[in-house]
Formats: sequence, C-alpha cells, structure tokens
Amino acid sequence: MKEKDLDFEVSPIEQERQAYRKRQGRRSILISIASTFVLAGAIAATLHFAPGWPRVQETFFSAHYFAKSFPLVLDGLWLNVRVLIYSLIGTAIFGTLLAVVRISKSPVLFPLRALALAYTTIMRGIPMLVVLYIVGFGIPGLGLFGRIPIEILGTVAVTMSYSAYIAEVLRAGFQDVSPQQRASARSIGLSSGQTVRLVIIPQALRKIAPALMNDFIAMQKDVGLISTLGAIDAVRAAQVQVALTFNFTPYIVASVLFILMSVPFIILNDWYTAKLRKREQTGGMV
Amino acid sequence: MEQVVLKIDNVVKRFGENTVLDHVSFDVHKHETVAILGASGSGKSTLMKCVNLLEQVSDGQIWLSGTDITDPRIDSDEIRARIGIVFQHFNLFSHMSVLNNVTLAARKVFKWDRDRAEARAMELLKRIGMDQKAKEYPDRLSGGQQQRVAIVRALMMDPELLLLDEITSALDPLLVGEVLEMVEEIKSQGATILMATHEMHFAHGAADRVVLLRNGKIAEIGTPEEVMDNSTDPETQAFFRILKE
Repeated sequence: MKEKDLDFEVSPIEQERQAYRKRQGRRSILISIASTFVLAGAIAATLHFAPGWPRVQETFFSAHYFAKSFPLVLDGLWLNVRVLIYSLIGTAIFGTLLAVVRISKSPVLFPLRALALAYTTIMRGIPMLVVLYIVGFGIPGLGLFGRIPIEILGTVAVTMSYSAYIAEVLRAGFQDVSPQQRASARSIGLSSGQTVRLVIIPQALRKIAPALMNDFIAMQKDVGLISTLGAIDAVRAAQVQVALTFNFTPYIVASVLFILMSVPFIILNDWYTAKLRKREQTGGMV
Repeated sequence: MEQVVLKIDNVVKRFGENTVLDHVSFDVHKHETVAILGASGSGKSTLMKCVNLLEQVSDGQIWLSGTDITDPRIDSDEIRARIGIVFQHFNLFSHMSVLNNVTLAARKVFKWDRDRAEARAMELLKRIGMDQKAKEYPDRLSGGQQQRVAIVRALMMDPELLLLDEITSALDPLLVGEVLEMVEEIKSQGATILMATHEMHFAHGAADRVVLLRNGKIAEIGTPEEVMDNSTDPETQAFFRILKE
C-alpha cells in the first residue's frame, strides 16, 4: 500500500533519502527493461540460427493452420468447459465431505474415517489417466447402466481424482485454524456445527484459497485428458486436425485456449488473496 | 449473604498422572469479584477452563446458579452461553469485524435480529469509546483495544458470571491500565467475576476475595488483606514478597 503524499515539512536528510529512493526506483526499472530485452534477444537469436527453426515454425506456429483449426478446437473446448463445471461442483461437494469425515472424531464414523483415509491415499497415488481408463472403460464394461455418455464418465473420473486432493487441502486448512478460535467460539455458546460453519470454515478457506485455486487450474488442464476416452474435446479436436494435416499448430491452438481459460482465475485468485491480506493484516516493510 | 452464583465443590482435574487441581472448593457470590492467584502451573487456567466446560473435571462438581454443570446430561452450549469468558490472547475472530465479533452470539445463539444485536453492541462499544472502530477487523487494533472488544463480546448477553483468564498477561504495561479500568467499571455495575490474574495490585484493589492456589490445592482463601498482606504462612509471604519487588 502506498503512503498518501501529505505536505509535511521534511528535513534535508529525509529529502535526500527520498531523492535517493526515487533514483534507485528509476534504476531498477531501467535494469529490468534492459534484462528483458537481452533475454528476448538471446532467445530470438538462438531460434533464428537454429538450422531447423523454419521447419519447427511452420509445423507448430503456422498462421494458416491456426486460423483453420481454431473454430473446431474452440468447439471442442465447450465440452471441456461443461465437464469442468460439473466436476467442480462434484469435487466441492465430495471433497468437503471427505475432509469433514477425515477430521471427525465421532466413534460412529470410524469406518467412514478409515475409508476416507484409504480413498485419499489411493486416489492421490493413481495417475489421473489410469483413473480415466478404469472409470471410462471399466464402468460401462460392467453392463449395469446401459450406454453412459463419455462426458459423464469423464466428469466422474475427474471428480473422483480431484476430490482426494481437495479433501486433503481442506483438511489441512481446517486443522490449521487455531484451537483457541474454536474454544472462543464454543465459549460464547456456539454449537459444534455453528463453530465449524461460522468460524472454522471461513478462516480455513482464507488460508487455503491459493492452494484451492491452484488445484482448480490444474483441474482445468486435466479435463483435457478426457480426450483419451474418445470424447471430442479441445485436445481431441486438435488431434484430429493434426492427423489430417500433419501440422502440429492445432495443439498450440488448444494450449492457447486452455491458458486463456485459466488467466481470469489466476487474476481472481491474486486479487482475492491480496484483498484478504490487506484487510486482516497491517502491512510492514518487509 | 448474597446468593451463590458459582459453587466449586471438591474439583479434581488430572492430565494423565499429573494432578493439576486437587480437591478445590470455594463459592463465588452474586456481585462478588474473586481473584485466583498462584504461580504459573498452579492450576489457575485449568480451573477457568473447567468452569467454562472447555475441560472436563476428573472428579467433583461445579454448580452455576444451582445447576450441576459437570452433569454430562446438561446442554453444555446453553451453559457456556450463560458464562462470559475473556482469554489471555483475546481470541477475537480474525475474519469478522469488531461489530460481528460482538454480535455473533446474540444473532446465532440467542436468535436476535441483526438490528437489535447491533444496537446493543454499539451501545456497549460506545461506552468504551470503540464505536468508531466497529467496522474494523481485529488485526488493525492494538492489544488493549482488542482485549476491550473481547470483554464487550463477553458482556453482550449479560452473563451470570464473567470469567477473566489472565486478560492482561499478553498486553504491554501501558495497555494494561485501560483494560483494568474497564474491569473496575464492570465490577461497579454489579457483575459477578471470577478472574485469574498476575496483576497483584489489581487483585488487591478489585477483588473482594482472593484464592491462592499452590500445586493445585487452595493454599489460602480470604480477603486480599488477609491473604496478601497478613498471611502467617511463610510460603505465602515469600510468594507475595517476590511479586511485590
């Protein structure tokens, strides 16, 4: 936070200090601009002199193929967005349930607690791709439910995998809230449930917002793996184009779209955590 | 004699092998201020926690206005809501404004509507000159201000008993005064207070009776003059001499 400029009479010593800081500030900006140019120049030069660069450029960064494949890949992205939204809702619910079970102390819940522990341990160990195969090909293989759309199977797989991660982040957040806050809440008469809802969860969420957002962005990206089940999502659409044209630019198109999709959330996350920091802590110099 | 608000009857508290409270008994009467004194580890804080049901007693009983609050069949949330407690480390909810901290119990436990709770809270905050800070978050306040807000939070529902657990121990000496002044005022308005404290001058001035704990047992009980000035017990004399120096 910047100090407000007030018109105080300042001593020559302070004037000199302020002038020095200003000079230093200008110098830092100049240095960072210069170093950026040097690095960009070095990369450009390396690529320029690389013997295969024209071929690579044509294969990955062709404007022609970019424009041609863009609408098709964008179409596929819509499937990713839908799967992402449903997975997000599913993960929020299932992940919170797992976390609450994990931190519960009630003896009745012991079997559930053991199951939740086993679930989070196993799920975090299995590669996402394997989960997709098991759910995507295993469940329909049972022949119990008839034909299940691939989108739904993909959503289930992503939800199953990410709930395990989210549950552990949430659990860490809940346990990180100081026990004194719980004592304080109980001592003014809040019930155990009210304490969790009104004090523990809001405080925990503030602490783990960056970690949650990080998992969310990773999830956005992993949703692209549903292409392995045969769904025509952005990655699959790109793959089809690549197979037709022998040009890899459609993959770059898909990547650009995925990046664009994550940027708003990255900005939102930075803004939110900065806001909390500002509100709840008085800043210092370091 | 006024009615007994709090009756501590042969309370024992053990943590494993360690006996922290060893058959402690005393009463707190209405409008009375009782100070619990004793060295660190003598059991003061544990006793406060037992009274507020944050810890279970290992034996004995505690009565609040005739209700046995150590009976596992009672509704402990309801009992806690009847007792106000202020902690050493303030323990304000860091994600809520001062006003929401103070009104939380009224709104969520006693189901007051927001206007009524806020009106009452603002009146109390105004009395301690903190009404301007109602919208601030606790981390923006000084320790003394936070502790005064915590006291207001405890007083919000007119508790039958106010517990003050070393409320000045985490404050720097300059801020202790403003908090103790506030306690004096609450006392003069007729509150019933049980406090654990290291502030000997304050205990001497404000308490009607003091209880001196030593190794979990009551070593002495009586008026501040009897216990702090005129005790014939050499250990008690030594304890207060060290503190006065």
